[in-house]
Amino acid sequence: MPAALHIDQVSKSFGSLKALDGVSLEVAQGDFFALLGPNGAGKSTLIGCIAGLLQKDAGHIAVLGHDTVRAYRQARRHLGVVPQELVYDPFFTVEKMLRIQAGYFGCGRDSWPWIDELIEGLELGDKRESTLRALSGGMKRRVLIAQALVHRPPVVILDEPTAGVDVELRRGLWHFTRRLHDEGHTIVLTTHYLEEAESLCRNIAILDRGQVIARESTRDLLARHPYRFLEVKTGSQTLPETLQPLQVGGTQGQWELRLDKTRDDMGAVLDTLNSQAGGIRDVRTRDARLEDVFVEMTSREARR
Amino acid sequence: MSGLNWIGLRTLLAKEIGRFMKVAGQTITSPVITAVLYLVVFQQVLADRVEVYPGVDYVAFLIPGLIMMSVIQNAFANSASSLTQSKIMGNVVFILLPPLSALEIFLAFTGAAILRALLVGLVLYLVGWLFTPLPIAAPLHALTAAILAAGCLAVMGIIAGILADKFEHMAAFQNYLIMPLSFLSGVFYSVQDLPPFWAQASAFNPFFYMIDGLRHGFFGYSDAPGWLGLVVVAGFLALLSAIALTMLARGVRLRP
Ligand SMILES: Nc1ncnc2c1ncn2[C@@H]1O[C@H](COP(=O)(O)OP(=O)(O)OP(=O)(O)O)[C@@H](O)[C@H]1O
Ligand SMILES: [Mg+2]
Repeated sequence: MPAALHIDQVSKSFGSLKALDGVSLEVAQGDFFALLGPNGAGKSTLIGCIAGLLQKDAGHIAVLGHDTVRAYRQARRHLGVVPQELVYDPFFTVEKMLRIQAGYFGCGRDSWPWIDELIEGLELGDKRESTLRALSGGMKRRVLIAQALVHRPPVVILDEPTAGVDVELRRGLWHFTRRLHDEGHTIVLTTHYLEEAESLCRNIAILDRGQVIARESTRDLLARHPYRFLEVKTGSQTLPETLQPLQVGGTQGQWELRLDKTRDDMGAVLDTLNSQAGGIRDVRTRDARLEDVFVEMTSREARR
Repeated sequence: MSGLNWIGLRTLLAKEIGRFMKVAGQTITSPVITAVLYLVVFQQVLADRVEVYPGVDYVAFLIPGLIMMSVIQNAFANSASSLTQSKIMGNVVFILLPPLSALEIFLAFTGAAILRALLVGLVLYLVGWLFTPLPIAAPLHALTAAILAAGCLAVMGIIAGILADKFEHMAAFQNYLIMPLSFLSGVFYSVQDLPPFWAQASAFNPFFYMIDGLRHGFFGYSDAPGWLGLVVVAGFLALLSAIALTMLARGVRLRP
């Protein structure tokens, strides 16, 4: 069974800027995959290379076994891409636009019932006859998603589908993407909302400065992180000197401490707080979130 | 690669036609009005004084020239502005993501531009009858000349659209290349009336053959031999097409 996406040693430069530097990744069929990374990491560039919007300088990419250059027709038929930019064609209505897009993929009238389903699924029903120009940003985003799906692609890539989208629509979109995944589509998405990636995605790759710095299951990535966080309220306004290296936030009796599971003993830390910081008034612990792992791995300090 | 994506090609062609038909006031009516204004003005000023071809009155001589000028400008404007606008708005990705080949994109854009140019030309021809009788001596020759010329300019429009990153770039093509070349190629006069140097220089100007070719279709005679005009313009079209297809296939500017 070929991988949904097979990316092998892909590089891409813009002038002297190396946007992708030997990226290799494999996304299995049926996966729900998050491609994460700070602004400018190269996520959209990688998606552009997969979709054929950009020409890579080196490497190979295959979609379900179809090379994106040599067999571009098959590769593109199997791929649906929602671009990050909110682009639209101002001349046509929503329904017309979707039918046109299906036509480009070689799908005729037989795709119209599916287009109706998409319009329903993305709650675009009452905008069917509106021209794109007249729609709000969130509505345009939904049309863009529908456009990427008109040809029923088995592999779907969404580049920041929830950027600039309100809470309700965001939930709606995640619900819709989950449904697509349940129906057997492979989903790859980028997002800066890490809680969402954490709860939705099974596997994660982190891209930084054009290189893959992590590629693991969400669970392993979180488990590998050695930290646990402790938020305490103390009687004293100063933190005991021995605990100061652990402090990552808070001031004046409200502290956030980061404990290394392998080194710092939770009981000992609590004892110290009780005896040297005027007693513990309140305490809360939490495990590492994806955001902590992400910041840890991509922050400049981590690279030194 | 197995065959052509026919549905894709047909859809893109229909979409490009739909695009200019939705703004037909700008894309059809307005160029016709412009040409009619030229006609009215030149008729008033020159009609009694000039006889370019024996037995052909000046207005009848002028109309095929104006038709060809409109064909040229509108064929170019259609593909150039459609492509430039899509690039600027970013919606060009909608045709770059699907399995459309360079040839299919080329044929759709060229076809739509030719159709718009012919529509403008046809309306202008019909309006011309209000001014003077306009029998066509060799209709097939006239139509071939119009299609070949429109094809050349449609393809030049694709090339300009690929290269242009802003509307100013496209306007520069239009104002510094297409307008002067079409204007100076015998719309208003026969090149035989030019000083010898310029008359000979016209032999190397494909735009001259376009206008001359249509006149040949109308009157049965022209400055250059009738078949030569068609051959030169067809050759020019083949050259331009090779350039445009290569650029599309290599993804110049469209797939950086
Ligand atoms: N067409 C282009 N020309 C020049 N540089 C580019 C181009 N596209 C991207 N870049 C540069 O390549 C790098 C990677 O950009 P890319 O858009 O892939 O980042 P990203 O990970 O998608 O970021 P974001 O989260 O902000 O969307 C950036 O430094 C960007 O400035
Ligand atoms: Mg991006």
